[in-house]
Amino acid sequence: MDGIHDLGGKDGYGPVDRTGDDDVFQARWEAVVFSMLAAGPATGAWRNSDRFRHAIERVDPEAYLAHGYYGRWLGGIETLLVEAGIFTQEEITERAVALGADPGDRIAARPRPYPDPLGEAPQDRSSRRALESAPGFVVGDSVITVSQSVPGHTRLPAYARGKRGVITASHDGWVLPDSNAHGRGEQPQPLYTVCFDSETLWGAAGFTVSLDLFESYLQSAEEVS
Amino acid sequence: MTKPSAQALRAEALESLLTEKGLLSSAQVDEVIATYSEKVGPMNGARLVARAWLEPAFRQQLLADATSIVNDYGFEGGQCEKLVVVENTPEVHNVVVCTLCSCYPWAVLGLPPKWYKEPAYRSRIVREPRQVLNEMGLELTDDVQIRVWDSSAEIRYMVLPMRPADTEVLSQAELETLVTRDSMIGVAQPVGVKG
Repeated sequence: MDGIHDLGGKDGYGPVDRTGDDDVFQARWEAVVFSMLAAGPATGAWRNSDRFRHAIERVDPEAYLAHGYYGRWLGGIETLLVEAGIFTQEEITERAVALGADPGDRIAARPRPYPDPLGEAPQDRSSRRALESAPGFVVGDSVITVSQSVPGHTRLPAYARGKRGVITASHDGWVLPDSNAHGRGEQPQPLYTVCFDSETLWGAAGFTVSLDLFESYLQSAEEVS
Repeated sequence: MTKPSAQALRAEALESLLTEKGLLSSAQVDEVIATYSEKVGPMNGARLVARAWLEPAFRQQLLADATSIVNDYGFEGGQCEKLVVVENTPEVHNVVVCTLCSCYPWAVLGLPPKWYKEPAYRSRIVREPRQVLNEMGLELTDDVQIRVWDSSAEIRYMVLPMRPADTEVLSQAELETLVTRDSMIGVAQPVGVKG
């Protein structure tokens, strides 16, 4: 999805602000939100990190920017808990107001009425999977990334769409986030490190950017040209 | 005292609801804070870097297969299912980011600093890395090639920074104190390296 989370190359965010540089958590509530990760498997509200990441991408875009990293997490967790029927947003708001919140406060979570199927719990914590056939590309191959955006979760950033790069490492098989986040199975695919020249990405020389990309994001540059 | 933020209050609300259902406890939160403050942090990555500076064979192994080394050391914290270590040299400087979320090698570096997760760093480091590094206090000469690693899948990256000059007499423990978190992300040099 073309969400607010897909930040690579976007203008206007200004200098890097090192405030709070040495704090593991800026406040206790951030550690509270971090600890809520365990509620996913415990309630069945989410069963894998791909679905969790996608829930964060689905939060209110203004809250995504304004509420900070753990505010985004909170929005994702609330979204998933409400979608799974564990709580209603009304009861969370009621409790927050009782604790001193303003009823008009912006809420990051955006639960949908008809969520995707939850999918199966993973067989183990690892995301690596054996592949049934040999990977389609080898190190040194020139590839071009797909140019279309997709409506749901994906791990191809917009700035690297439709760009030519070279495969510099091959990482065997991994669970495909695009499928797993939506409860459509793990559908493992070969994963590659693809190196892009800054000239290709931005028309500016002097550096490279490498990304780890799934096979279905790539096509052979020879076939295209 | 300032009023807690909207997200802090909402977190507290959800915390109390989850606690009532037995799904969260303050003991769990205390344990998370203790784990990521004391056990899991950049001191683990620094152990690997200092040893790589001292032992050429270990350096080779770290660059070839960092994942087995992390497993052998038994570092907790997760997010290192496959770790790749990239080496800085006088010619090449590496820097790590996650533009889509904030992926980071927790087991070796701990939880990421705030700036790593915010839009300014995530948006700009893939587009104008030299400028961003410069603003963060790291000046690289024009002949140094910059390699940016955008962690877009489950592979995690850590930088092996250059060993500072005149450190031949230092022990592993002394070397570890020179290895900062930022030098392993790639936004700084270790203590004692110019630039």
